[in-house]
Order: sequence, then C-alpha cells, then structure tokens
Amino acid sequence: MIEFISQPWHWGVSGAMIVLVMYLLLWFGGQFGVSANLRIMCAIGGAGKKHSFFDFDWRSQIWNLVFIGGAVIGGYIASTFLASPEPVQISDATQAYLKTVGVSTPQTMAEGTGYVPNEIFGLENAFSLVNLIILIIGGLLIGFGTRWAGGCTSGHAISGLANLQLPSLIAVIGFFIGGLLMAWLILPQLLTL
Amino acid sequence: MKFIKFLLTGILFGIVMTKSEAISWFRIQEMFRFESFHMYGIIGTAVILGATMVALVKKMQGKTINGETIKFNPKNMSIPRYLFGGIIFGLGWAMTGACPGPMFTLLGHGIWSILLVIISSIFGTYLYGVLRSRLPH
Repeated sequence: MIEFISQPWHWGVSGAMIVLVMYLLLWFGGQFGVSANLRIMCAIGGAGKKHSFFDFDWRSQIWNLVFIGGAVIGGYIASTFLASPEPVQISDATQAYLKTVGVSTPQTMAEGTGYVPNEIFGLENAFSLVNLIILIIGGLLIGFGTRWAGGCTSGHAISGLANLQLPSLIAVIGFFIGGLLMAWLILPQLLTL
Repeated sequence: MKFIKFLLTGILFGIVMTKSEAISWFRIQEMFRFESFHMYGIIGTAVILGATMVALVKKMQGKTINGETIKFNPKNMSIPRYLFGGIIFGLGWAMTGACPGPMFTLLGHGIWSILLVIISSIFGTYLYGVLRSRLPH
C-alpha cells in the first residue's frame, strides 16, 4: 500500500484528489483558498490597527491557518514516508534549457528529489545576491499579487474556474501573462547574471 | 477539536501537493515553457471535476457538516484588479516556482530557504493592504 502511494501520481489522480480536498473544505464550512492565510497572518500580527484591510474577524478564519499547518505536516509525511523512488521526471526540453542557465536537474535521488534546484534553494546558495532577489522579490510579488487579485491558484484557477467565475478566468490569464514573462524573459537573465 | 478535520484535510493536501509534483520548481518552469502536459493535466482535471462537483452541490443543495447550505459567493466583476493582480502573482509564481499552497508544503520537506519566500509574501500582502486605496479595483 505504502509502496503504491509512494509512486509519483498520475496527473488525473492528482487533479481528482485536489477536488476531494476542495469538497472536504466546503463540507466542513470553509473554502479552498490558500493565499487568504497571508492576510490572516498580517491581521494576527496587529496590522488591523493601522490599516483597515486587516481589520476583520480573523478569528473566524483560523481553520484556514490550521489547514496550511496541516499542509506543512503533509509535506513532511510525504517526503519522509511516501518519498518517490526517483526524482521528479522533467521533460528533456526543460532540462536542456535549464542547463543553459546553470541549473542542473537531479537524475538520481543522491542528487536531489527534483522539487527545488539546489543552485537556488540550497542553503549554501540561497543567500547569494541573485538568489536573495529571486526568493524575496518573488515572495513579495506572490503576496502582493494574490491579494490584489483576490486569490491564487487554489482560489481562482481551481475554486473560481470550477464555479465558472469570469473574474477568475481574467485572473488566470494574468497569472499566465506574468508567468510567461518571468519564465521566458526575466528569469533566464537573472540566472545567468 | 473542531479544527482537527481541517488539520487532517491540510495533511492530505500536503501529501497531494507533493505526490502530484505541483510543488516542484522544475514542474512550474516546464509548465510555463509548455514543455510538458503534467501541470495542465492536474489543473484541467481539477477544474472539470471541480465544476461537476460545484454544479452537483448547487443542484442538490449540499449541506455543510453543521447542516448549513454550502454557499458559493460570486466574485465582483472588475478587469484591472484581476488582470494586474494576476500578472504580479504570475511573475512571483514563475520566479520562485511556488504558489502559496506549495510554499507551505515545501517547508514540511525541510527546504528552509522557502521561509524567505513565505515571510516576504506575508510582507507583500501587508504592502498591498497599505497601498490598497491607491490601486484600481
């Protein structure tokens, strides 16, 4: 059983499991939207005293923080007890491109699991100027953009599109405009600095 | 005790994010370069099955565990808000290879440098709250 679950999942299984998570949250009286937690954290930190956007009843949203706390534990369980026998299998075309910008794709578990590149996220590399820019500016963009757009991948691309919301479609088009600009134009420049 | 069900659902979500490989920086680069179907398969399946689930819940007036009718709030229409906000998030998503769900899941993998992304994303949301009245919505 553990061995069966430990294989990388087919995309169809993964998509169905995400919908199960979405349904469970609705059934429990919540909803599927992860980025709302960033606002809740600001509110808990006292940002509501100065800025009305954070002055809301965050106590009624604590279930969402518990949910992402669970996601951290789930990440630990999956990486420790359900680890795949081999690294994430990335397409040859992407591997070849990444090589040209100095990022190697792990081929064996000894080289890495294929979740994040050591050249950016490895603790010995993460504090170089370029990588700090990638991680910190990237984080700022995520936090700012998700709140302006009112949701991230879970809230718009999945919950919103599943509820046939035109605003969510506009948001997803935006995600792709930004993502394509970064992946094709900006990131290759940064990685080869 | 009312939180334990959310904790368990979150644990399931972290496992799903890991085994789906949606938390992989490499998968996100591959997706934005259109060099694999994998991520499109995941999101496409989730949207199609999700739309079916939402339609069924609406039709059958599905209830929450507490007996209340499950409500889906329609989003207010606007173009600049979703388009500009979406573009900014998309830049960050491709830059870090992580969106908010995977960010937290990767922390559970012991990838400590993701804390830089998490902390700055909280600050990014704070910045939005400060500048909100000056942005088009």
